[in-house]
Amino acid sequence: MARAIWKGVIHIGTTKLPVKLYSAVQDHAVHFRLLHRTDHAPVQQRMVNPESGETVEYKSTQKAFPVSRNRLVMLHEEELKTLEPKPSREIAISRFVDSAQIDHRWYERAYYLGPDGDREAYFAAAEALQRKKKEGVAHWVMRGKEYVGSLRAEHGYLALITLRNADEIIDAEALPRPAGRPLSKREVQMAGQLVEALAAEWDPSKFRDDYHQRVMDLIEAKAHGRKPKVATFRPRRTKDTALTGALQASLAGVKRRKSA
Amino acid sequence: MPEANESPAALRAFWSGTITFGLVSVPVAIFPANRSRRTSLRMVDDDGTPLQRRYVCPKDGKELDWDDIVRGYEVSKGKFVVVTDEELEAIEPRKTRDIDLRMFVDARDIDPMFFERAYYLTPAGGSTKAYRLLAAVMEKNGRAGIATFVMRAKESMVAILAERGILRAETLRFQDEIRRPGDLGLPKRAKPKSTAVTKFTREIGKHSGRFSLRDFKDEAAERLEKLVSKKQREHNDIVKAPEPVGQQAAQEGGEVIDLVEALRTSLQSGASTARRRKRKAG
Repeated sequence: MARAIWKGVIHIGTTKLPVKLYSAVQDHAVHFRLLHRTDHAPVQQRMVNPESGETVEYKSTQKAFPVSRNRLVMLHEEELKTLEPKPSREIAISRFVDSAQIDHRWYERAYYLGPDGDREAYFAAAEALQRKKKEGVAHWVMRGKEYVGSLRAEHGYLALITLRNADEIIDAEALPRPAGRPLSKREVQMAGQLVEALAAEWDPSKFRDDYHQRVMDLIEAKAHGRKPKVATFRPRRTKDTALTGALQASLAGVKRRKSA
Repeated sequence: MPEANESPAALRAFWSGTITFGLVSVPVAIFPANRSRRTSLRMVDDDGTPLQRRYVCPKDGKELDWDDIVRGYEVSKGKFVVVTDEELEAIEPRKTRDIDLRMFVDARDIDPMFFERAYYLTPAGGSTKAYRLLAAVMEKNGRAGIATFVMRAKESMVAILAERGILRAETLRFQDEIRRPGDLGLPKRAKPKSTAVTKFTREIGKHSGRFSLRDFKDEAAERLEKLVSKKQREHNDIVKAPEPVGQQAAQEGGEVIDLVEALRTSLQSGASTARRRKRKAG
């Protein structure tokens, strides 16, 4: 059973709902350490003044904000402390919006919420969000950092997905549509047929990170003093066909496979 | 793909490839759709000199160059298996520039927990026709393409979505990276009483509104910027940097390209090249 990483209380108007937060994401990237080539000792990092070559201890380093090409403003620890948000357990919901209004470019990281006490209210909140097809815009402070997120129902449970700030998103509405001559009806129809011929159910289990497995196999082999096996790949051949011809040929290919 | 946001120079198209489905190929350039936060602080010493990160060997205290450093995987406490770049390269996914579109799914069916990072795809290679055709059909039918591709030695699964005629690729996490309520030991679903549900639906109704960018202000950054400009006005704690620092330094070096501008140009260039060619031919 997974451990909760944080506890908070959702505030919706005057209604309060205590919850526990669990990470829904478990990164499986392979983490390497940097080692000294000759003695395989894990290297240490030091902060050095490049002019004098002197090492500066981490605890005596300071922070500065570059304001121009050659000017910085020093920011002292006490000053940075005053900027920190007040610690709080409150997950404030500022408003509920239709589920489709926040698109994927905003998503950052997903968490599941579990009930912290009142189970009935927890499942009622999940059910209500699902029924209304809404998600809540949530603000909270966790470990000294402010977050904005989306409170949603997922598989009958409550989930919180952290969202990016407005500055971090490039709005598609600011971008021009790619221009060109109008598309012919026939091409649109054929492309539509091809897309539908390749339609399938969303099933993430069909995709695996083979590279990750190969890295782990390599490490395993080397740890046991074996010579690693190396797989080879055949490059794919591509044909350069005119668009209409390619659409026609693709459709014929898909139909053949389906009837076979 | 974290490099995308690390340096201002990375704002230009940093990868190009070809979406393939069936026998159709759509050449595209790829741009990050997210940019990094605007406030990053530098670590300095007491005099305000920006510090550099250096690596040293803990045994002899010697400063190390990249050539002195290897990568190791800790198989047990303190025991490392050294893995060389050559070995990692040898097992890299095949180096192709294909974004292999394997299937189209209902765009609404993709679980939002899988989304990781967004990129814009813009037409490359002259003609925009195949690009526009794919975008138009996907948008009309509410489809998302699911593809795999290889970028920077990492295999990724992506969802390709169309919005306002523009294609976007969103990298997806793999299934074994996503936990389910069952994996977390959350209690079994219990059917709540309808009065309890009604209490929440009423609250939701009462507090519903339209999506507003006001909810997404980076307040921490704003507070920091306020403090910085106050100190600037008061000429307080301002130090001269011995070497150019920050975004401005990069800008003067001609490295900062406005991402929106770069995208705009790229989205329009396919069409203009096509027009130029036509004019030339005629």
